Amino acid sequence: MIESIDTSLIDWSRAQFALTAIYHWLFVPLTLGLGIIQAIMETIYYKTGKEFWKTTAQFWMKIFGINFAIGVATGLILEFEFGTNWSNYSWFVGDIFGAPLAIEGVVAFFMEATFIAVMFFGWNKVSKGFHLASTWLTIGGATLSALWILVANAWMQYPAGMSFNPDSVRNEMSDFWAVALSPVAINKFFHTVLSGWIVGGVVVIGISSWFLLKKRNVEFAVGSIKVAAVFGLVASILTLWTGDGSAYQVAQKQPMKLAAMEGLYQGGNGMGLVGVGVLNPAKTNYNDATNPFLFKIELPKMLSYFAERDLNAYVPGIVNLIDGGYQTADGKTALSAQEKISKGQLAIQALADYRQAKKNKDELAAQEARTILDENFAYFGYGYIKNPTDLIPPIGITFYAFRVMVILGGFFILLFIVATILSYKNKFEDKRWLQWIALWSIPLVYIASQAGWAVAEVGRQPWAIQDILPTSAAVSKLSTSSVQITFFLFLILFTVLLIAELGIMVKTIKKGPASSAE
Amino acid sequence: MLPIYSSYLIITLCIMKKESIPLRIFHFYMEGFRSMTLGKTLWMIIIIKLFIMFCILKPFFFPSHLGKFKGESEKQEYVSGELIQRAITP
Repeated sequence: MIESIDTSLIDWSRAQFALTAIYHWLFVPLTLGLGIIQAIMETIYYKTGKEFWKTTAQFWMKIFGINFAIGVATGLILEFEFGTNWSNYSWFVGDIFGAPLAIEGVVAFFMEATFIAVMFFGWNKVSKGFHLASTWLTIGGATLSALWILVANAWMQYPAGMSFNPDSVRNEMSDFWAVALSPVAINKFFHTVLSGWIVGGVVVIGISSWFLLKKRNVEFAVGSIKVAAVFGLVASILTLWTGDGSAYQVAQKQPMKLAAMEGLYQGGNGMGLVGVGVLNPAKTNYNDATNPFLFKIELPKMLSYFAERDLNAYVPGIVNLIDGGYQTADGKTALSAQEKISKGQLAIQALADYRQAKKNKDELAAQEARTILDENFAYFGYGYIKNPTDLIPPIGITFYAFRVMVILGGFFILLFIVATILSYKNKFEDKRWLQWIALWSIPLVYIASQAGWAVAEVGRQPWAIQDILPTSAAVSKLSTSSVQITFFLFLILFTVLLIAELGIMVKTIKKGPASSAE
Repeated sequence: MLPIYSSYLIITLCIMKKESIPLRIFHFYMEGFRSMTLGKTLWMIIIIKLFIMFCILKPFFFPSHLGKFKGESEKQEYVSGELIQRAITP
């Protein structure tokens, strides 16, 4: 065994996938958030009959349409990459990944393609109620699409509801509901979609603030802020709640990711949560004596509470996770990384033995190999890990991205509270400092949203599928130069699309709501 | 839910004008597309984007890596070989 895969191929393939996902995620959250906001505005129009709300909803629908049109199908490139750059992975998980993605494809096409046409073309052609239903079903379809993509992603973080078939070399779904309703999937879905709602809220308040700064369309801007601020506040509080649920799931299912998020090397009981901190670049080895922090402010015992719902609970650090030997929450003794690597090697050897025995038509040997494979399959991916330190994700990116997301999340809660209070007291339009803050919050909300994904995806390295398949085994054997070429092709394509979106959007915003009825 | 809603969509379109169902749907979309202003630019962007994706990127830069194998068993053999060969020897 051992066929070495060039690490630069893995890095470029990961970079390419990350680039595509980052650009795709620039479009998705605004679709999810703005879709709900425009639907709420149209609902107000339906209830009150005021033309003001129709014009307002139509303006935001136009912004929604631009974002939707530019962003649509950018996610398909990720599927291209699965087939080309991650073919081992695609084959290995095909059955599990295929079902949610197929449902997503049908739902997305059927709901979005059908109802979005009624939403845009149906004003004054279908009844108000029918049009409103179409608007809600359009955003409902987009949210359902997100559900199935996030279910697939959650399965990679916490593989459940499947069994490995050594004949087909595929994981086969044994329990659809265990995949669709896994606690990781549920938390991920709500946390991610709600974060998209925050993006929608901040973008609406930010653009409305631009109108106020320009002293034009004031009634439209204030009305929009009133809706977006309350909506954003509800979304951000729910995001905080689901974020707590997500962190709990990370602690249970991906403790190394939690340790990276906290820069926690040496675990223990009653661990504190790092509020803010600066990592020490001099720390180069996970088990050296160097202090991992140059500076940090901790909230005492809170990490133990968030991880285990117990202020004095034990939380393992990176050293503990690699050395093993500590008691897990279910009373077992944790295996060391080296023990897991040995089990992974056993599992892969058993796969080789099984397939050889099948070729030799030796059913007894095949059965013996199958038993060893099944017993050790939970550690299959560890058989590709050369050194236990390879199990440590990039600490700096994970640690700082987590704090960027949380700190900005707190800032948005504050922004929504202030915007809600001042807009309902009719004082928002007088506060130019707040309007500037709201306007500059637009890039910040995208940074927060991307930082969340950085925590989720960088923090789970080296795994493509947690514990089962690392990226080094998942990647296709291609030339690094071909991956580099497509990386730069995407960079150009997506940048052009982004510039086009921003250009068209800015032009449309400058025209203002009066032009939106066209 | 969706079939009911789709039926309602068709019925509503039928009530709008007394024409055959496919014709009414066709007219609904045609009128919608004709009345677009910004939408025309957006559709142009979508079409160019899809052309680049499906006619350039997919065939020339993103062929299926396992597409060169005939049938499931060859693919299984290749992937199992890859997974076994890449393992770290004890």
